[in-house]
Amino acid sequence: MNQPMIRVRDLRKSFPARRVLDGVSFDVSQGEAFVIIGGSGSGKSVTLKCILGLMKPDAGEIMIDGMAIRPADTGLMARFGMLFQGGALFDSLAVWENVAFRQIHTGAMTRREARDSACETLGLVGLGEDVADLLPAELSGGMMKRVALARAISTRPDIVFLDEPTTGLDPIMADVINDLIVQVSRRLGITTISITHDMASARKIADRIAMLHDGRLVWQGSAADIDRSGSDHVDQFINGRAEGPISMSVLRP
Amino acid sequence: MNPLASIGATFLAFLAGTGRLVLFAALGLASCVTPPWQFRNIGRQIIDIGYYSLPVVGLTAIFTGMVLALQSYTGFSRFEAEGAIAGIVVLSVTRELGPVLAGLMVAGRVGAAMAAEIGTMRVTEQIDALMTLQASPRRYLVAPRLIAATLTLPVLVLVADIIGVMGGYLVSIHKLGFNPSVYLANTIDILEPIDVISGLVKAAVFGFLVALTGCYHGWHSRRGAQGVGQATTLAVVSGSILILTFNYVVTEIFFSR
Repeated sequence: MNQPMIRVRDLRKSFPARRVLDGVSFDVSQGEAFVIIGGSGSGKSVTLKCILGLMKPDAGEIMIDGMAIRPADTGLMARFGMLFQGGALFDSLAVWENVAFRQIHTGAMTRREARDSACETLGLVGLGEDVADLLPAELSGGMMKRVALARAISTRPDIVFLDEPTTGLDPIMADVINDLIVQVSRRLGITTISITHDMASARKIADRIAMLHDGRLVWQGSAADIDRSGSDHVDQFINGRAEGPISMSVLRP
Repeated sequence: MNPLASIGATFLAFLAGTGRLVLFAALGLASCVTPPWQFRNIGRQIIDIGYYSLPVVGLTAIFTGMVLALQSYTGFSRFEAEGAIAGIVVLSVTRELGPVLAGLMVAGRVGAAMAAEIGTMRVTEQIDALMTLQASPRRYLVAPRLIAATLTLPVLVLVADIIGVMGGYLVSIHKLGFNPSVYLANTIDILEPIDVISGLVKAAVFGFLVALTGCYHGWHSRRGAQGVGQATTLAVVSGSILILTFNYVVTEIFFSR
């Protein structure tokens, strides 16, 4: 059997107030689009940050191509791209400088070359050269997500992480972003790990879906099988029902 | 709660905070002295800290010099010691008031802005984004600010010294009726290089402290607008207290006999 590109085993992470991850394990193959779904506070972002090396897990193993990751490993970061939930674009830099930040910062390109490269990448996400000199504050929500996606793929990384890629967008723009993610990742042969609670997005971009609840993966399988998962947790979540095994801590009237 | 336990907990929290600040300063300094340096960011910070602080520091200095001359005259004329006013003004401005007031003004303007900017970057995940883009946030954000503030504040203080002495001169000549050439001669006679140098060393120390507290509180900002607001307030308060504390320490080093 082929070695998975990303291998996560028994990942555990606690904060003083509560346990967030309680033994999360999954594999992601090269070129696969893996989506983790789950409610707010289920540990999705923490899982992503642990894999990225932005957060140190209490226990567990994370391996990329058979190599254990170390926190803030810049060599490994060269293989990653990340789309943050709010974009996390640098306010003081123009759009093209955001997109080509890594190339400029590492000295891989001159500023002129980096600008050309950024414009080319902006083209991949459907943005013209006219936005290259704008500041992030001048962009709409949808454009900001596209720029953030462009930045994530600008160095053609092996693995791209997507944190709630459609949050804050209207349904049509969300679908446009989903289409872009699918197109770009297939075209560039990128492996993606996304976290979302938007089921329309998960169905569109995922090859495989896993559901995280209370720090554990309660189900994982093919995206095509999610409607017949046999898991009450998944059924409740994908149908958006208040009643079921997932109880939200809200005051009932 | 037991009052002694409360005092102990507060003291332990203070020690832990001091330890974190010292560690942050050490890591920041390490980023300052090792390549690669972010020359573009350093240049941008020098303009922001130095050039844009000139009006506020200049205004503070000129009015301080003017008030100093006026107040000294009120007191010294009682003892017919008006001749000492030029010396009082120049020594007070170069040794103490220039660096301390410039430091406090920069702490209010620049330290707060640094805390707000870095705090916002923290809560909007821009600092995480830097790490995913192979950039060390300390090297990219903290080191340029520390370097720029340490280099720029002495220049600002030198300008403040000149403007402050000029303020005293203007009041002494045009309001108090001093002879211009005698006033200038008194000013130059009493001034020694150590007076200016000690002020400039203080300014470098204050610049470092302002940038350090601004970056530190922004870096450790909690989530939300309230967290960033609190970081800004803490940056100004702790920066100002450290300036006043280290003003005594540097004065003691230079002038204790």
